[in-house]
Amino acid sequence: MGIVNKHTKINRADIYPDHFGRRKFKNNLFLGTVIFFSLITISFVFLIIGTLVVKGYHQINWAFFTQTPPDTFTAMMAKSSGQLIPGGIINGITGTLYLVAIASLIAIPFGILIGIYLYENSSKRYASFIRDITDVLQGVPSIVVGLIVYLWVVVHITRGYSVLAGSTALAIMMLPLIIRSTEEAMKMIPDTLKEAAIALGTPYYKVVLRVLIPTSFSGIMTGILLAISRIMGETAPLMLTTLGNPAINWNITKPVSAVPLLIWQFYNDPNMVDLIWSSTLFLMGFVLILNLLAKWIAAKRNF
Amino acid sequence: MNENNINTQPAILSIENLSIAYDKDKLAVKNVSATIEKNSITAIMGPSGCGKTTLLRAINRMHELYPNISTTGIIKLSNDNIYEMSTIKLRRKIGMVFQRPNPFPTLSIYDNVVAGYKMNDIHLKRLERDEIVETSLRDVTLWDEVKDSLHKKGTFLSGGQQQRLCIARALAFKPDVILLDEPTSALDPVATAKIEDLLVDLKKQYTIVLVTHNMSQAARISDNSMFMYMGELIEYEDTKTMFTNPKDKRTEGYLTGKFG
Repeated sequence: MGIVNKHTKINRADIYPDHFGRRKFKNNLFLGTVIFFSLITISFVFLIIGTLVVKGYHQINWAFFTQTPPDTFTAMMAKSSGQLIPGGIINGITGTLYLVAIASLIAIPFGILIGIYLYENSSKRYASFIRDITDVLQGVPSIVVGLIVYLWVVVHITRGYSVLAGSTALAIMMLPLIIRSTEEAMKMIPDTLKEAAIALGTPYYKVVLRVLIPTSFSGIMTGILLAISRIMGETAPLMLTTLGNPAINWNITKPVSAVPLLIWQFYNDPNMVDLIWSSTLFLMGFVLILNLLAKWIAAKRNF
Repeated sequence: MNENNINTQPAILSIENLSIAYDKDKLAVKNVSATIEKNSITAIMGPSGCGKTTLLRAINRMHELYPNISTTGIIKLSNDNIYEMSTIKLRRKIGMVFQRPNPFPTLSIYDNVVAGYKMNDIHLKRLERDEIVETSLRDVTLWDEVKDSLHKKGTFLSGGQQQRLCIARALAFKPDVILLDEPTSALDPVATAKIEDLLVDLKKQYTIVLVTHNMSQAARISDNSMFMYMGELIEYEDTKTMFTNPKDKRTEGYLTGKFG
């Protein structure tokens, strides 16, 4: 009887003798490690943005968005007298937007159609073949895409560096991203929604147009924006296809400049170094905004 | 004597020797014949996998969405063989409501009701459309709850409201028959009771065929009941007779909870 009374009050430490303190320590150690490494990872992003802002902000002014870059002599004169480098990168900005727009015009319809095909026929052999090829295409190095487009478009179609060639190269790089994101977005739609439309006597092509595409719109849009933000910074394929242009160009068969191409040119010219940072800041900011936009649209998924 | 109890009303649907196979030798529905009377509620009951949903879907040919399906026998909708009609026309005459509420998430409440017209590019005048929306929503007793928020998304409603919206969407075409596939299995008892009341109300204008897992639901609202087992239609009687005096041992076993 006496023994029972002694033990009526039970402590946690009695039930979990010895191990409890050690477990808690291990748990905290692991948690601390995970937090530490994740902080290191995100700190890179902030370091990049911080460096670009600090080094690049003073060159960002009205002229930066409205003028073409100066020649190297003018830049040198300005630098040696302690002034800002005059001029800007309007040819690169318009060129990048032009290239991305034409590339999107090519890649978006193709990508969405192929994505719908893969979704509708997911188990067919031809579909899984296409899917594998798409994955391979995603892994093709961008310089290889540039070379092939050089061979096809630059040599045979436009007979010279051109917007068309650059856009074709970028479109090929966009395709796999759009195809897969369309397929994935459609896979998320519950079958019951399709059934609902079919049960209303809707022909199948209208089910695709009126239900599948609108319902998966946010997913498809996210894929498109991520694809655009990915190709915006591509440099290697553009070197082989559009070359660059000191002036603004809207002719699709003529060479055009692009922001990443300008960054490369500035890098090779010691007098222009200051413009590298502001151009990079611009490119980074644009890509960042596209990414945030994509995230925001993805969060608005409505089912 | 039982045959007299059924078909007190003229028949609207008649199923003749219907067999459906998913694979070549596996019949999901075996040689079912039955007539469904106008302005009645017919409940189809049976254990899982007995073919009740397949039978229901065969009535507006939704079962044809499954691959490799083969169907023999015919179903007549007031003397027209539905397997000779276009599925598009047929499905406007025979509406369907599913197990889980499935309003279109991109459309407002208003547009969900007239979704059938919108999807098919049938153009309606504004007044006509407003009237269809109001009568359909009144028919499902949803009008008073949503009349001030018709342009909000349909998915903002509660589960029970969404299911009533789906019924309204099926009613908007003024179909002859409405098929419901366990329409209350995802709902709470209060929402279920609302839908049951409304089905009893709707049979004045429409013919209702209902698959249900819930025996007491069949007993509460249906006029006639089918009991299916392993793809066969074991018993088809008026509900009262079936629940008080089932003819077949298997029906009795199911109703008394021995299996299922």
